[in-house]
Amino acid sequence: MTGYEGADLAIALINVTLLGLLFVSAVAIARMRSLFAIVILSGIYSLISATWFVALDAVDVAFTEASVGAGISTALMLGAMLLTSRTAKAEPDVSRIVPLLVVIATGAMLVYASIDLPAFGDPDSPANSYVGTDYNERTPKEIGVPNVVTAVLASYRGFDTLGETGVVFTAALAVILLLGFGERSLSATIGRKKDGKG
Amino acid sequence: MASKTDHHVILRVVAKPLIPIIALFALYVQFHGDYSPGGGFQAGVIIAVAIILYSLIFGIAPAMRAVPPAFARGLAGVGFLLFAGVGVWALMMGGNFLDYDALLNEPPGGHKGQHYGILVVELGVLFAVAGAMVSIFYAFAGRVTEIKDEDW
Repeated sequence: MTGYEGADLAIALINVTLLGLLFVSAVAIARMRSLFAIVILSGIYSLISATWFVALDAVDVAFTEASVGAGISTALMLGAMLLTSRTAKAEPDVSRIVPLLVVIATGAMLVYASIDLPAFGDPDSPANSYVGTDYNERTPKEIGVPNVVTAVLASYRGFDTLGETGVVFTAALAVILLLGFGERSLSATIGRKKDGKG
Repeated sequence: MASKTDHHVILRVVAKPLIPIIALFALYVQFHGDYSPGGGFQAGVIIAVAIILYSLIFGIAPAMRAVPPAFARGLAGVGFLLFAGVGVWALMMGGNFLDYDALLNEPPGGHKGQHYGILVVELGVLFAVAGAMVSIFYAFAGRVTEIKDEDW
């Protein structure tokens, strides 16, 4: 499949390294109490997973993860953090055991389920055989757009994308309803500062 | 304030040329989405990031003067209406909702309707996402006084 010997090993090494980094940052996030460090680390987590998506040839997903996960949500979380305190409250040790058990049980079930998954890039897997091949074959004829992902997102699944745009719009609406437009409280702040100076 | 506590000079100098490049890259992602990864969602977020970066470095008030909050939330609404409008346009031309083949009434096999449909729809997504993200950021950032250096 790949051009030179040892390429599969190299790809496996890259995957293991990236997943290891993800694991380390997830554990670090879980053990930290400083919200600022947690927000920055979750941005790093998103960036690493975006890199991993590139390694899996899912460039569109990686692009979205890098811009949304690492970019905008980090900035928004920083903004939200400034409205609350800077550190999380430490929890008593007893209440940490139950979540740990739940996480271990879920992880074990997921590992057990992953044994049945088709191999990565398997052409006969359900994801690659029915509608996926159909999109690949029909896009040049019906849409005439080189990027099949764009054709699926904007044309074949236009309804979905319209709904997603509606979700983003509704999210902005909900935040504005909860927090206000931001301009009025800001103008009050600026007015106060000017008074203090002059 | 500027003379005493301005040790963000490096940030300002580095960010100033970077912000227009980020915005330009967003336009590339937007209009090259037919050929390469990317599209309206990513481009909208990147434009929003350019504006947010500007407001993080130069302060929220100059950012609100450059991109007024009313403009941002209006943009979000216009974008969503643009997307839905393409669907209605297809309905008017006798097709199904969001059926781009019907947009220009072209003979079968033509791809013009698909091209323009996707273009306008992606533009709608760009407006809606960029406007929504900037509005959310303004809603959060407008509530706090400016971040003091000790707080970091």
